[in-house]
Amino acid sequence: MTAEILGPDSVAALIEDDVGERPWQRTLRLLAQRRLAVVGLAVVLFFIAVAVFAPLISPYDPLATSWLAVRKPPSALHWFGTDEIGRDVLARVIWGARASLLAGLVSVSLALAAGVPIGLVSGYLGGAVDGVLMRLIDAMLAIPFLILAIALAAFLGPSLANAMVAIGVSQTPIFARLTRGQVLSVKHEEYIEAARAVGNPHHRIVLRHILPNIIPPLLVQATLAAAAAIIAEASLSFLGLGEQPPDPSWGSMLNTAKNFISQAPWMALWPGLAIFTLVLSLNLFGDGLRDALDPRRG
Amino acid sequence: MTAFLLRRIALIVPTLFFVSVLIFGLQQLLPGDPALAMAGEDADPSVIAFLRQKYHLDQPLPVRYALWVEGVARGDFGESIRIKRPVRDLILEKLPVTGELAGLAMLVAIVIGVPMGILAAVKQDTSVDYGATMVALWGISMPNFWLGILLIMLFSVTLGWLPASGFVMPSESLKQNLLTLIMPAFVLGNAIAAVMMRHTRSAMIQVMSADYVRTARAKGLSQVSVILRHALRNALIPVVTLGALEFGALLSGAVLTEQVFTIPGFGKLIVDAVFNRDYAVVQGVVLCTAFAYIMLNLFADIAYVLINPRLRA
Repeated sequence: MTAEILGPDSVAALIEDDVGERPWQRTLRLLAQRRLAVVGLAVVLFFIAVAVFAPLISPYDPLATSWLAVRKPPSALHWFGTDEIGRDVLARVIWGARASLLAGLVSVSLALAAGVPIGLVSGYLGGAVDGVLMRLIDAMLAIPFLILAIALAAFLGPSLANAMVAIGVSQTPIFARLTRGQVLSVKHEEYIEAARAVGNPHHRIVLRHILPNIIPPLLVQATLAAAAAIIAEASLSFLGLGEQPPDPSWGSMLNTAKNFISQAPWMALWPGLAIFTLVLSLNLFGDGLRDALDPRRG
Repeated sequence: MTAFLLRRIALIVPTLFFVSVLIFGLQQLLPGDPALAMAGEDADPSVIAFLRQKYHLDQPLPVRYALWVEGVARGDFGESIRIKRPVRDLILEKLPVTGELAGLAMLVAIVIGVPMGILAAVKQDTSVDYGATMVALWGISMPNFWLGILLIMLFSVTLGWLPASGFVMPSESLKQNLLTLIMPAFVLGNAIAAVMMRHTRSAMIQVMSADYVRTARAKGLSQVSVILRHALRNALIPVVTLGALEFGALLSGAVLTEQVFTIPGFGKLIVDAVFNRDYAVVQGVVLCTAFAYIMLNLFADIAYVLINPRLRA
């Protein structure tokens, strides 16, 4: 509440006077106190490392088939077992991290790049522009997230790139709505009025004075949206609309595994566990970040 | 009240317009000649010419849009290229299946989510509360198609208690129908239960500190009576209206659940249509879900005002 009444600059000054601590330092300190959020962040970083170093740590080529090792259960040779055409499941889970993390990163970046400007314009200008933009956003929100992504993937053609575009487009309204709401809540703050009174042009007020002050909620939403995007990519790949075989993706691995549930249950276990762990960690981190950025706490 | 209703209903007109433009616009995403894309690469030139004429592809875009909207308004969503039947019939045929699945899933979500939310709110900041919050986080992070596969492993493959896939109409055998739907309904309801729990928890926490709850306590009413008769009744108002907004999540989830358990519903219809490049079916399904969502939203808003006397004036 304090931040809304005083404006972040004055709050920052107060905090610095009191504790000698900058806002981002305070956020980091509060975040570090939340054990689950730290664990979540550590797990996410672990998955990022796995994806980046996949060529170095993968025990086998994720595409190499072997007719001598078809549907073998986990063993010393193949820790996670092998799939229906003898590919190593561990290698595919490791390489599959790339598709998932890429989907999380690219989709959310697209949604931010489209949604934030819409929200800024809509919230700042108000009036007819706001009315039209918000009805458009309502229309996009009226189509369920995955259904919109499926429809877009259908018309664009199935591929990982198109799945990421589809997920990004369907997440755009969330960011547009959030940004607009935040702009409306700070628009009439005194520091904005002051910036206007000294003759700043509109674009400068929006970009230099409003935007920096609404970043915290956007950051939290982006983390949670990345978790949702990773599930969405896995879902589209599971339906056959994301990463195309033989390239590895956790969702498409589960799609195949579904046909071998009784013969080779390990095929379904590992990719699912990977999705669940990564998404849970992102959600834990996002929740922790929200608490740490909340000026009412501490 | 009347003014609110009229304003609220007037708001859905532009939304419907934009939805129709979006869904019509999907066609424009098809690379190259839409007629060729619809018919397939090696189609007969006469088929392509027929499609071009049938979908007015030789007309300017606004004219095509007007013709398309006019058809939709008459309930004509076009025809499935693959099955050669009107899209409307296909949708009407699949709707009850998904409707039953979604209804059962919502039941699961309420039965699990609401009591868990009440418990978490009453025991706020205790281990019970943290436990419930963790369970909710688990529900949100669990990809429902994976949960489905795990349940099939346990209950169908290992224990042999439930059928792994398929669907039986309730008119054929209600028992078989319910047996085939237990796992899918749980899988679909699981994530919604987590959301319901969060809503119920925060609504209950808010209500529990209200004056009338304190009064009820001061009168010496039992804890159970205070919670159930005084707090819950008021806390449920936002839960019910927010629950209506979960319809989209329910439908998205149904697509995946139907795929895992091979249930011939709405979700299976749109996924099959995507692979058969049956674009009219895809558009029809998207249009119907969007329309249903807008209507449900409208009813939820109206219900909210009707239930809440302070907003009625």
